[in-house]
Amino acid sequence: MHIKFGKTSAALIGTAMVTALGLGLYFSFVVLTAGQESGTVAAATIRTNSPLHPVVIKRIAGPPRVATGLTNFHGQPVMASCSTCHATTKPNIDTRSTADLDQFHQGLKYVHGNLTCLSCHNASDYDTLRMADSRPVEFAEVMTLCSQCHGPQRRDYNMGLHGGMHGHWDLTKGGRARNTCINCHDPHSPAFPLVMPVFPPRDRISVQKHSHTTPANR
Amino acid sequence: MDNITTDPQESNGLSRRSALKGVGAMLGVAAFAKAIAPLTEWTQNISAEEFVQKHYKELTPIDLEIILHRLEKDTRDQYGADVTIKDYKPQEGVKFGYALNLSVCNGCRKCAEACHIENNHDRPSNQSYIRVFEMSKGSMDMEKGNVHYDHPVPQPDKFYMPVQCQQCERPPCVDVCPVEATWKEPDGIVVVDYNWCIGCRYCEAACPYHARRFNWTKPQISAIEINPIQSYLSNRIRPQGVVEKCHFCLHRTRNGRLPACLEACPTGARVFGNLLDPNSDVRQVLAHKRVFVLKEELGLKPQFFYFFDV
Repeated sequence: MHIKFGKTSAALIGTAMVTALGLGLYFSFVVLTAGQESGTVAAATIRTNSPLHPVVIKRIAGPPRVATGLTNFHGQPVMASCSTCHATTKPNIDTRSTADLDQFHQGLKYVHGNLTCLSCHNASDYDTLRMADSRPVEFAEVMTLCSQCHGPQRRDYNMGLHGGMHGHWDLTKGGRARNTCINCHDPHSPAFPLVMPVFPPRDRISVQKHSHTTPANR
Repeated sequence: MDNITTDPQESNGLSRRSALKGVGAMLGVAAFAKAIAPLTEWTQNISAEEFVQKHYKELTPIDLEIILHRLEKDTRDQYGADVTIKDYKPQEGVKFGYALNLSVCNGCRKCAEACHIENNHDRPSNQSYIRVFEMSKGSMDMEKGNVHYDHPVPQPDKFYMPVQCQQCERPPCVDVCPVEATWKEPDGIVVVDYNWCIGCRYCEAACPYHARRFNWTKPQISAIEINPIQSYLSNRIRPQGVVEKCHFCLHRTRNGRLPACLEACPTGARVFGNLLDPNSDVRQVLAHKRVFVLKEELGLKPQFFYFFDV
């Protein structure tokens, strides 16, 4: 188990380093060329001769670490990788809710279609995820997994129309960082939760408008 | 008749005519003093250089540098903050467009808050260039929207529509300005020269999107909260009595960056880019989504687009 864990970490660091840049460049290409019928050069590159900065998709560091419920002598929670426990427990393909479990993962809110745990988690290697055709996929590649069902979102994402970002609109001036699926969506409960709005307006116009607004319109 | 004209002559020393003249003169002096009182107050707040400052478009680069220096000094003196005020010019081949996905906007108002912080708005009034309307599903009439919702969002029977300056191709606010203190730049941004604006608020009345704001008071903002990256036509602290509006964060966007409201959006509802670049994100929206503009019937050709996912 220790050997296995080490191997996974090393592999992850490797893939993270290599694919971070590669994927960024790949997606900048995808974003820039989406919707182009012919292979014309992007206008952004015609405008200036400077090379384009990458569009980097944020990536999670690797497989999650789960709280064991124990604390060490510093009082800090002991975290473990999934395989720490799951290497010795027998997978149950029918588990659909944490209510089905006697221990661990208690309190995890799970509202995601009709999926079971093992629809996405890989029973043969819990430190990876599982595609619908049972191929393993790294946690860092979670977008590939989600895109299997959420095609329209992925299509829009590739065009730059879905998901938050920050950085530069002009890639000749600087790069851009884009969220991956789980930066915004909890994979176990992906619908956006209700939130309280911030920053109530207090300007004169809107206050005046408020007093004229009829209850029917509110 | 005779009696009336001759009677005043009989009063000894002071004639009625002279008395009335005296009273009239005193009233005149008092009225004049009252009338110019605001002027004496005003001159305390405005320097001679500011008074003779020319229109932004007539400034030479040297004039501009001196003005930016003066404004930086004024900010230091009045607000105790060290800021950098620059003048960023429009880029060749760029025309800005903005699109907003109403299917995912959840009405959290983080964009309005980000605008408030980025653009050094007056703190007590929660001034912001963005107003988020809670709209009943089935209606696109922003006049029926409610901005004062104060409950968890999104509500199932509502959608949420943030409205800011639509950077119209035919801006009525520019047409009505009597002193040409506001105009449309080549990159599509409608800007205001805050030092040329006389505060008549015609533009505010002319804007059908209610996008303009008036500085009723001198903006109050503590030194620590001031965003020090400023520009002349955008987020420098505005004087009292002038109109301001959304400028697509031109101090950011003219340097290639995304607007503050876009980066603050937790739902990714906002899409920004160059309308002249067929591969830009905003052009993808126009090409692949069903897009509408607010109050299209007015024919103002907004450069701000709304769309739904379906």
